Amino acid sequence: MKKYGVFDIMGPTMIGPSSSHTAGAARLGKMARYLCGGSVASVRFLLHGSFGQTYRGHGTDKALLAGMMGINSDDYRLRDAFSIADAQGLQYSFEPADLGDVHPNTVRFEIVTKDGRQISVTGSSIGGGSVVITQIDDISVYFTGENPILITKHKDAPGIVSRIADLLYRAVINIGNMRVNRADGAKTATMYIELDKPLDKQLIDEIRKIPGIDEVLVLDVGMEGVNHAL
Amino acid sequence: MPFELSVEKLIGILEKEKLSLGEYTLRSEMEESEKSREEVLSEMAQVLATMREAASQGRERPVKSVSGLTGGDAYRYQQAIDSQRTIMGQVMSDSVSMALSCSEVNASMGRIVACPTAGSCGIVPGALLAAAKKFHKSDGEILMALFTASGVGIIIGSKATLSGAEGGCQAECGSATAMAAAAICEMLGGTPSQAFDAAAVALKNVMGLVCDPVAGLVEIPCIKRNASGAVNAILCADLALAGVPSYIPFEDTVEAMYKVGQSMCGALKETAQGGLAVTPAGIRLRNRVLGVKPQTK
Repeated sequence: MKKYGVFDIMGPTMIGPSSSHTAGAARLGKMARYLCGGSVASVRFLLHGSFGQTYRGHGTDKALLAGMMGINSDDYRLRDAFSIADAQGLQYSFEPADLGDVHPNTVRFEIVTKDGRQISVTGSSIGGGSVVITQIDDISVYFTGENPILITKHKDAPGIVSRIADLLYRAVINIGNMRVNRADGAKTATMYIELDKPLDKQLIDEIRKIPGIDEVLVLDVGMEGVNHAL
Repeated sequence: MPFELSVEKLIGILEKEKLSLGEYTLRSEMEESEKSREEVLSEMAQVLATMREAASQGRERPVKSVSGLTGGDAYRYQQAIDSQRTIMGQVMSDSVSMALSCSEVNASMGRIVACPTAGSCGIVPGALLAAAKKFHKSDGEILMALFTASGVGIIIGSKATLSGAEGGCQAECGSATAMAAAAICEMLGGTPSQAFDAAAVALKNVMGLVCDPVAGLVEIPCIKRNASGAVNAILCADLALAGVPSYIPFEDTVEAMYKVGQSMCGALKETAQGGLAVTPAGIRLRNRVLGVKPQTK
C-alpha cells in the first residue's frame, strides 16, 4: 500500500503542465546540477521515449534547463529558462535519443563544467514528480533525492568506508542505503550513501579531511533544495 | 497509519467521535508530519492562495497553451457568464469557468496545485470555490474542506490509484471529482457518511473514462474534462446533501474503479495511442504539434 500525506494529494504546487514531464524534469535538472558541482558551461540533453516525443509541448526542455540553473519546479522563472540561460552564457541543446532499455521518461545530461570536466548523468521521471538518478558517468546508481545523499570519490583502500561510517555514527545519522563502486582496475572508488537526515557543514569538512578522500558531494534536494557542499 | 482501515470503520469512528473527515485528515497529517496544527493549516493556506490565482488568471485574459493547441476558453466562457448568456446558474457556471482557468493556466506553464494531479488540477478549486462563494464560506471553512478532499484522495490513492497511466482518466479526473464532491458536502454541513456518498456517486458517474490525450499533452480533452468534473462534483454534493444515498458504498466503488482501470488496455491509459488521440482530427493536431508533415498519396 502506497503511503500518501495530505500534500502529496494537494500538491505539488508546480509550474504546469505535467508533474512527470515538467515538475519531475526540473527536479532531474537540479539533481544533475548538484552532481556536477554546480558550475555548468554547457549541457546536451538526450531525451528518450516520451520525453523525446513531447518535450516541447510539455515544456520539458525549459524545465530541465531551469533545473540545471537551480530554479525550482514552482518558480515562474522556469518559463524563461532559455533567455536566462542565454544571459548567463550557458550553452545547451536538446536531442531526442534512444537510450536503450530505460523508463519512457528518461534524460541523459552530458555536462561540461566551467573548469572543463565532463560528466554524464542519467535519470528518469517516474510519475507524480518523483524522479530517480540511474547512472553517473558509466556507474549505475539508484537514488531519488528524497533523502540526502553523500557521494565520495576516494582511494580504493581498506578503512576509508569505515572512517566515514564512524563519523556518521558519531553524528547520530542513520545510513538508509549504501553502495560502493569500483571501476575495473581503477584505483578510485565511488561511494553513494543515502542518509536519513542532512549533514552539517562541519561534518562534511571532517569527511573531506579523511586521508584518501578525493571528492565529497552532498545531494540534498529536499524542500529547501540546499546543497551544503556548494 | 490513520487511513489503514475500512471506510465503513472510518465512518463509524468519525460518527462516534463527532469528527469531520476534514478534521480527522488534518489531525492525521499533524501526527504523520510531526507538525503543529498552525503549520499544517498555513501550508494549506498557501495551497488555497495558489488555487485562487490559477482559478482567476484564465478568466481575466485569454491564456494560450505552450503547444498552441488550446487556450482562451475560460475567458470566452467568463464573457458568456458576464453577459448572462449561460444556461447553467451562477454556481455551476462559476465552477466551470474556474476549472477551465486552472487547466488552461496549467497548459500555459503557469503555476497550479496538482490535486491530485496536474491534469485534473481544475476540478477541486473550480467546484469548491464556486460553492463556497454562494454560501459565503470563510477561508477557514474552505481550508477544512481541502482537508476533506485530501482525505478522500489519500484513500483512493492507497486503495486504488490516482494516475491516468495506471487507471485512466477515471483515476485522475474521477478522483479529483470525488474529492471535490466530498469536500463541498462536508463544508455545507453534510455528515461523513453523506460526504463519502457524494464521493462514491462522483466516481460512479465517470467509471470507465479513458485517458486519451491528443499528442500526449494535458490539453485535449483534459481541459474540458476538468469543467465536466467540477459540474459533476457539485451535482453529487447536492444529491448527497438532499439525502440521496449511494447504493454502492464508496470503498466498493473505489475497488471497482481500480479493477476497471486494470482491465483497460494500455492504449487507453495516457499513451496517446487510443480514444480521441487516434481520431483523424486527433492525429492531425498531433502532427501539427510535433511538426510532422501530412503524408501525400
